[in-house]
Amino acid sequence: MENAHIAHSDNAAHGEHSFDTKAIWKTFRILLYITLFELLLAIGYYEIFPTGNATVKYILNGVFIILTLAKAFFIIAEFMHLRHEIRNMIMTIAIPALLFLWFIGAFLWDGDSYKNLRNTYDREHVEKSKEKVEKKEHGHGHEAQKPGALD
Amino acid sequence: MAQVVPADRKWWAGGRSPFNLEYGKLMMWYFLMSDAFTFGAFLISYGTIRFSSNSWPDPNEVFRSFPVVGEMNIPLAFVSLMTFILIMSSVTMVLAVGADHANDRKAVMKWMAWTIIGGIAFLGCQAWEWAHLNHQGAWWGRNPFNNIDGSAASTNFTNFFFTITGFHGFHVLSGVVINIIMYIMAANGTFERKGHYLMIEKAGLYWHFVDLVWVFVFTCFYLF
Repeated sequence: MENAHIAHSDNAAHGEHSFDTKAIWKTFRILLYITLFELLLAIGYYEIFPTGNATVKYILNGVFIILTLAKAFFIIAEFMHLRHEIRNMIMTIAIPALLFLWFIGAFLWDGDSYKNLRNTYDREHVEKSKEKVEKKEHGHGHEAQKPGALD
Repeated sequence: MAQVVPADRKWWAGGRSPFNLEYGKLMMWYFLMSDAFTFGAFLISYGTIRFSSNSWPDPNEVFRSFPVVGEMNIPLAFVSLMTFILIMSSVTMVLAVGADHANDRKAVMKWMAWTIIGGIAFLGCQAWEWAHLNHQGAWWGRNPFNNIDGSAASTNFTNFFFTITGFHGFHVLSGVVINIIMYIMAANGTFERKGHYLMIEKAGLYWHFVDLVWVFVFTCFYLF
């Protein structure tokens, strides 16, 4: 703490920064535990529902989003030190970042709507996407497929 | 913990930086904002396509290999290792920044070296993963994996996977190059002559951002 201002003696605009190694390791442990917890959920889900379960998966994805945002918060706040900057600075980063909420919501909604439209009006698409295929032998799966095909 | 600033200070009255931040660091933040929107556009287009698909390949089936051990039945083990390496290198980067606050050149160099090693280790893991998937027949424009419900998958999965992890890997590579330059400058005593190590802080911001993006890539590709 007391040595923080020595490094920036020629930079008057730069305020005093505190530096706390303990807080860094605490952040690291939080990130590690969250990641391990996420893995536990992901692996547990596939163990319990080998063929998938839509409702559980939706809930689980929601949990993953919340945990990911929590990790992002800790990285930005502690590692990137934003939490210790002044309020003006925090706001100039945080407010534009809120656009992401709209960005994500609008586009995922759009994707879902496209799926529903095709499933309602394009019988051929529905049948094709229900068709089961044999499991391919990995290692020489080089048959040409149409690159980038959306359907 | 917070900076000691009088509550009634008028930040916008002129004569001082209203953000109380050095110019270069502020610009790095703005660059990272724009980069965040680039990555956001990539990941959100991936999400849109995935939401518009009736089914999608199972990450637990695709990502279950580990070097040397081969196809083991611990899914996602390798990617957890990669995540751990990257978070760890973020920690060593913060410790380097902490050492520069103490003007301790030896410690800065030590922690920068560990950060560089972590970055290279991550890139090595990614190179192995790409090579392994390529060996299984996955690449841009071809996808050997079926959907989780047993139907045939389009190439969307592999196209997005290689594009986004490739773009992220390229960021890691540039981060490693920047960190090596910082290491050399620290070794030459450039920062001591300048009297501060602010450039390491800017490199650190970039490096943490790379870690931050990986958190989202990890969730979007390996967990969902």
